[in-house]
Amino acid sequence: MSLGNTNNPIVRLEAVHFAYGEGEREILRGIDLSVRRGQVVAIMGGSGSGKTTLLRLIGGQLRAHSGRVLVEEQDLGQLSTKALYALRRRMGMLFQFGALFTDMSVFDNVAFPLREHTDLPAELVHDLVLMKLQAVGLRGAHSLMPSELSGGMARRVALARAVALDPMLMLYDEPFAGLDPISLGITGQLIRRLNDALGAASVMVTHDVQVSLDLVDYVYFVSNGMIVAKGTPSEIRASEDPFVRQFVHGESDGPVPFHYPAPPLASLLDGTSA
Amino acid sequence: MNRTTLDLWVGFFVALGIAALIFLATKVGSYSDISGSHTTYSVKAYFKNIGGLKPRAPVKSAGVVVGRVGRIRLNKQDYTAYVRLDIDSDYAFPTDTSAAILTSGLLGEQYVGLVPGADDETLKKDDIIKITQDAVVLENLIGQFMFNKAAETPTPAPAPAH
Amino acid sequence: MNVLLKILRTMGAATVNGVWRLGFAARFFLAVLRYSGQSFLRLPLTIRELFFSGVLSLLIILVSGLFVGLVLGLQGYDILQRFGSSDALGIMVALSLLRELGPVIAAILFASRAGSAITAEIGLMKTTEQLEAMDMMAVNPLARVVAPRFWGGVISMPLLAAMFSAMGIFGGWLIGVVVIGVDDGAFWSQMRAAVRFEHDVLNGIIKSFVFGVTVSWIAVFEGYDCHPTAEGVSRAITRTVVYSALAILALDFVLTSFMFRGI
Repeated sequence: MSLGNTNNPIVRLEAVHFAYGEGEREILRGIDLSVRRGQVVAIMGGSGSGKTTLLRLIGGQLRAHSGRVLVEEQDLGQLSTKALYALRRRMGMLFQFGALFTDMSVFDNVAFPLREHTDLPAELVHDLVLMKLQAVGLRGAHSLMPSELSGGMARRVALARAVALDPMLMLYDEPFAGLDPISLGITGQLIRRLNDALGAASVMVTHDVQVSLDLVDYVYFVSNGMIVAKGTPSEIRASEDPFVRQFVHGESDGPVPFHYPAPPLASLLDGTSA
Repeated sequence: MNRTTLDLWVGFFVALGIAALIFLATKVGSYSDISGSHTTYSVKAYFKNIGGLKPRAPVKSAGVVVGRVGRIRLNKQDYTAYVRLDIDSDYAFPTDTSAAILTSGLLGEQYVGLVPGADDETLKKDDIIKITQDAVVLENLIGQFMFNKAAETPTPAPAPAH
Repeated sequence: MNVLLKILRTMGAATVNGVWRLGFAARFFLAVLRYSGQSFLRLPLTIRELFFSGVLSLLIILVSGLFVGLVLGLQGYDILQRFGSSDALGIMVALSLLRELGPVIAAILFASRAGSAITAEIGLMKTTEQLEAMDMMAVNPLARVVAPRFWGGVISMPLLAAMFSAMGIFGGWLIGVVVIGVDDGAFWSQMRAAVRFEHDVLNGIIKSFVFGVTVSWIAVFEGYDCHPTAEGVSRAITRTVVYSALAILALDFVLTSFMFRGI
C-alpha cells in the first residue's frame, strides 16, 4: 500500500488524554496518531493498556478530556449527537464477539443498517445483503439464526453487517480473539480485502502480533496510555526496542514485568513484611 | 414469528381487552343518574342537624334520584347546617317543596328526600328550601325513649316512709 | 466513635447513591419519552412488543383472574350471608376487583411475567454489546429498542387489568350464582346499581395505566442500567420484580387515598 497518497488523514488524534471520571487514573496520556485512506493500522498493546479505550474515542463513544480526535477533519468532541450519528453512518465497527442481534436471522442482521438508513426497495436490499454475505463467504447461511453460528462465522456475519453501508472507516475491536487458526486466517484476509475493495481506512485493536504484522500497513504500540513504538511491519520486526521485542517475540519478562508489583519475596519469607 | 400471525395475535389481544372494558362499562357498572354531563341547578337548604349526611349523597324524590348533595357547611350566624343540593335541570320543583334527611334502611346511607308542594312557582338557582326536616339521630331517639319510660313508671325505690 | 462515624458515612453514601440513581432514572425516562415519537412512526416495532408483553401475558392474567374471582365469590358469600345480604355478592366482587385487585394483581403479575422479560432482553443486549453496536450503526437504542418496549407495556397494562377484572367477575358469578345459588338477577342488578362507571371503573383504569407506566419504566431502566455481566443481568431482573411490586403497592395507596375517600 502506498502511503501519503492523500494529504488529509481520515483519523487524527492530537495529544489525547482520557480518564474515566474526574480524578481517576488517566487511561490515555497524550496520544498522537493518524490513519490515511487505504491504510490498515493496528494498535497493539497488552491487556489494560488503553487500546480499546482508544478505539471507543475514535468511534465517538467516549470523549477525550483534552486534545482532539478528528475523523474526516471533524472534531468529535464538538459534534452534536445528530452530526455524530451522520458521521457514524460512514463508519463500521466490528465488536469483539460480533454483537449480532440475537432476535434476528443472519439476513436481517446484515439488512439492519440498510433498512434503518436507506429507503431502498426490498428486492434491492435482498440483493445487497446477499452480495455482502457472498463477500464473507456465508451467502448460504442467510436464513440461520445467530445462535446457530460458530464464533468465526458470527464474526464474519458481523463483518458483512459492518460493511453493509460501504463505510469509509472500519474499526475492529480484537477481531482475532478466540478464533481457531483457520478462521483467524480467513478473518485477517477479509479485513485486508474489504479495506482495499472499499478504499476505506481501517483501525484494528489487537494483541495478535504475527497475524497482524502480515496484513497491516502501520503499527502503533500502546503501553501505559502512551505510544511507545510505531512503524511499518518490517520496521517493527527489525526493531531493537526492548518493549517491542518482548511483545513481538512473546517473552514473559521484560519492560512489561511478569510480576504484579509486590514486596520482595525475601521479605515475605523473613516475616518482616507482615 | 411471521409478521401476519403476530399482527393477528396482537389484534386479538387488543380486541379482547376492549371487549373487557366494554363489559365493565356496560354490564358491571353504569353511569350514575347525575353525572358530570348533566346540567344541574343548585338550591340551598338549612338544617339544624344533618346527622351523617355526606357530600355526593343522593337527592331523591319519590325514591327516584334527582340530584346530589353538593357542599355542606356550618352557617356562622345561627349555627345551622347549610347544604347545597345540585338538582338535575330536567326536574323542576315547586317553591314550597320540603327537604328531609332520611336513611335508607335501618343502618343505610343517608340521603335527602324532597317532597314537592303545590305552588305554581318553581325553585330556581340559589333559591332556599324553607321547610326542612332534620336527620333523626339514633342516640337522641333512644335517649328520648328512655326518658319517656322513666317518666311513665316511677322507679320502684325502697320506701322507708311507710 | 469510629464505628458511629462509619455507620453515618455508610448511610450518607447509600443516600447519595440512591438519589443519584433516582435522578438518573428520571433523566432516562425523559429521554425515552423524547425518542418515543421516532418509534411511533414505525408502528410494527411497538406491535411486536405488544405481542411479547401483552399476548404472552394473556394466559397467566386470565387464569389468575378467574381464580381470584372464585375465591372472592366464596369468601364474599361466607361473610355477606352472616348479615343476610348475600344478594350484594355482585357488588362486593365487582368493587374489590375494579378498584383494587384487578389493577394491583394484574400489575404485579405483569411485572413478573413481562417486566422481567423486558429487563432480561435489554440487559442481555447490553451484555453482548448489541446496544453499543446499534449505537455505532447510528441507530439510537433508546428509540429502536427501549421506547417500543416501554410503550408496549404501557398499552398492554390497562387492557390486561380490564381482562383480569372481567374474568374475576365471571369467576365470582360462577361461584355465587351457579354453584351457591345467589339469585342471578339480584347479582347483576345490585352490581350495576352500585358500580359507577366514572368513579369505580374509570379510576381502576387510571390506576392500571399508572402502574403500566411505572412497571415498564422500571423494567426498561433496570435492563438498560444493568451491569453487563450474567450476574448483573440476574440482579437487574430481581430488582425489576421487587421494585415494581413495592412501587405498585405504594402508588396504589397514594392513588386510593386520592380517589376513594368515602365521598
